[in-house]
Amino acid sequence: MHPPTLWNWEPGQRVILPSVKCPETCAWIEEPHASPDGERLAMLASLADGGFTALVNGEPWENSFDKAWYPRFSPDGRLTAVVQADGMWTLAVDGEAWEESFDYLWGTQFSAEGDVIAACIQSGGEYGLCLDGTTWETLYENANQPTLSADGQSSAAVVQVGSLKPADLDDFAAGVFGVAVNGQSWGVSFMNVWTPTFDPAGKRVAAQVRTSLYDYSIVVDGNKWAANYGCVWEPRFNPATGSVVAPVRMAGAWGLAQDDQIIWEPKFAQCWHQVISQDGKNIAAIVAPQFGAFTVAVNGKPWAISQPVVTDLVVARQGETVAALGNTFNKDWRVMVDGRFWDGTWDMAWTPVISATGGHVAVKVEKAGRQTLVVDGRVYPREFTKVFEPAFSPDGTKLLIRALDKDAFLRIVAEVGRA
Amino acid sequence: MGIQERLIEDVGLRRGVSRLTPEKIEKTIGAVLKGETGARLATYAETCMRCGLCAEACHFALSHPGDPSFTPAGKVHQTMSVLLDRKGRVDPDFIYGMAQLAYTECNLCRRCVHFCPIGIDTAYIISVVRRICHKLGVTPQYIQDTAHSHSAVFNQMWVKDDEWTDSLMWQEDEAREEFPGLRIPLDKEGADIYYSVIAPEPKFRTQLIYQAAAILHMSGKDWTMPAHSGWDNSDMCMFTGDFEMMGRLKRRHFESAQKLKVKRIVMGECGHALRSVYDVGNRWLGYSYPPVPVIHAVEFYWELIQEGRIKLVKKFPGPVTIQDPCNIVRGKGLQQKLREVTRFLVEGDIVEMHPNMEHNFCCAAGGGVINCGPPFKNQRVAGNTVKAEQLKATGVKTVITPCHNCHGGLHDIIHHHKLGMELKFLSDIIYECMEKPEA
Repeated sequence: MHPPTLWNWEPGQRVILPSVKCPETCAWIEEPHASPDGERLAMLASLADGGFTALVNGEPWENSFDKAWYPRFSPDGRLTAVVQADGMWTLAVDGEAWEESFDYLWGTQFSAEGDVIAACIQSGGEYGLCLDGTTWETLYENANQPTLSADGQSSAAVVQVGSLKPADLDDFAAGVFGVAVNGQSWGVSFMNVWTPTFDPAGKRVAAQVRTSLYDYSIVVDGNKWAANYGCVWEPRFNPATGSVVAPVRMAGAWGLAQDDQIIWEPKFAQCWHQVISQDGKNIAAIVAPQFGAFTVAVNGKPWAISQPVVTDLVVARQGETVAALGNTFNKDWRVMVDGRFWDGTWDMAWTPVISATGGHVAVKVEKAGRQTLVVDGRVYPREFTKVFEPAFSPDGTKLLIRALDKDAFLRIVAEVGRA
Repeated sequence: MGIQERLIEDVGLRRGVSRLTPEKIEKTIGAVLKGETGARLATYAETCMRCGLCAEACHFALSHPGDPSFTPAGKVHQTMSVLLDRKGRVDPDFIYGMAQLAYTECNLCRRCVHFCPIGIDTAYIISVVRRICHKLGVTPQYIQDTAHSHSAVFNQMWVKDDEWTDSLMWQEDEAREEFPGLRIPLDKEGADIYYSVIAPEPKFRTQLIYQAAAILHMSGKDWTMPAHSGWDNSDMCMFTGDFEMMGRLKRRHFESAQKLKVKRIVMGECGHALRSVYDVGNRWLGYSYPPVPVIHAVEFYWELIQEGRIKLVKKFPGPVTIQDPCNIVRGKGLQQKLREVTRFLVEGDIVEMHPNMEHNFCCAAGGGVINCGPPFKNQRVAGNTVKAEQLKATGVKTVITPCHNCHGGLHDIIHHHKLGMELKFLSDIIYECMEKPEA
């Protein structure tokens, strides 16, 4: 465990790796990823004499593999990569492969603190999840849309519980898809199931279902809401109350339902990506009050500003700050915070990061191929070749900037007031 | 003749009508007409003068001379006009014929719009008919199975998550033998280009992924392909009338690109997929344009040529002819760029079919018709003798068309009429003629 409280928050810049160049032993290097604490830079490397490995601060893993892809750091700083050896796939964690290998493995996921690592697997034509090297006892004809609870103690996926013959309309209509939690199927199946999601405690699961070609609803722990809707989007649990909140479509318009009761009247051309503050008192969602004009609504009330496209909605823990990104069909990206635009437009912007204390917002942005950060509306006075996602110190007073500047990998801690 | 005299047995249609009641039919039709249509349909219904000019537009009508039931106005007369006149009080047998006509005898190609003096969009009317059929549960078996696949795995060919990335890695391995250092970059955040395909490519046309990777690699572009669902840009739900599922598919596609923070989506050589992302699906989601710009392969190749990024070591020997895909030509006006790309690649004549470009005849596969499967194949091929005559009149042996459905449709026509022609995607020719490391 290496939580943010233990990271080095001393203000200043350190050069972690002075030169990110392909060593002579490698044919090429690619996909730079920075560790969450900014102390290491990892890249995949194709070895000159064949095989793949990972370089961490320029040093190769002890082991190499026939193939390697999807390098990702876990939140606790372990480097993972999907690797193949002797035709079988598994996950390598800090260079050590899981003992068990599979016909295929993909879709690495982490618990919130990174102490549990999961991946989708296929073995002998059967599908399921593998957590820290231990595979579900029951595998299925298919499993997709995996999810892991925040504490990593539970996993779930949409699973196919029955076979379908080619062009088999009747069995499909009867329903062969369900949810498996920790490998065990709910025992009920539907025509379709999408986006299972855990409650914050990892005890309950909600998902979208379609029970006929026309009837959409939400299912919670295997129990379907009584009402059917014209369409629904992904549900979310209210962290404080345990209620389930989902966008629903009625008579061609979208609103929000909570535990099968309408809480935002369906009046929007679109409503999705709802986020609920930790105290459960504030619900924000991306909405389109009219066709072609998107914004954010907080507790049902849309902001006065709009954009042709709005994405990347985030809400502070207590809901005191709400941020999102707007753009004009992927151009002229703007940062939207609490109903106002920040100055400036960008060629691209990344999901806003809100400090744990709720008072500060940082956004990675790009213009003319150069990347930097905007913090509380002010542009950081330095550009980089590449910036990784910023991170606030737990007390919200410092900002960790991990960046590639030409060939060097830098770790910068800036004081927020001066960032 | 009318549709009731040429019914074809189909498991999906038969299954669907067997469950209908007069009450359900009337209620469903009323709900769609009242809840989902408005002035547009009413205007079309009331202003058609039965002038017959649309008959000259439709390949089905021209391929069945003397039979007005194949004309666009005739198709509306046998379907929507009856529903409106009888206020939805029709029987299951009528619904069977209506569904067969709507799904298999109209390609939604919109050629007839150009010929109608008052601009009636028959494709829109037939789309509403299909929407009613979907709501009644009366859809042909094979296209409905394709729609089911879309809903279950977010692609039209039941390709599972591992099969997708495994196919990409396989093609990367193959291509690297010929192009050392080639990568198919997966989930590369911030790439300029997100390259998307339709599911038949990983399923049975993997050489197209190989070729695309070769072209993108040699052009030096910054690109990626997604390692997650959303990679299939196709959308048969748009054609069955399941608009809710169409929207779900498009959302998954756009958000998979947004998640990777790419600049734009470049899509392979498919026509209907462009229609679904550029015209129909984006609007159902509430977007006036695609939230991430979408560039069809024809536009992309044209751009690469302008930038000098495609270098040829030879030209493809002509003469050739061009089949204009309806959805990229009438749908997005790419006819000139298609010709400029073809001229760049081909040495010798480009023998045009006539009519061509925005006045082209459909391949008869589009609009989901080929996806209705074997029961309707003969009817589909017979419905496009006019295309066979067009092809034959060119006297050439090579047809270039940047659309999967056009390939499927023309393949059947060429085979049935023994025309002895070969079909090419643009990427087939670029790959064949481009500079390669070993060349």
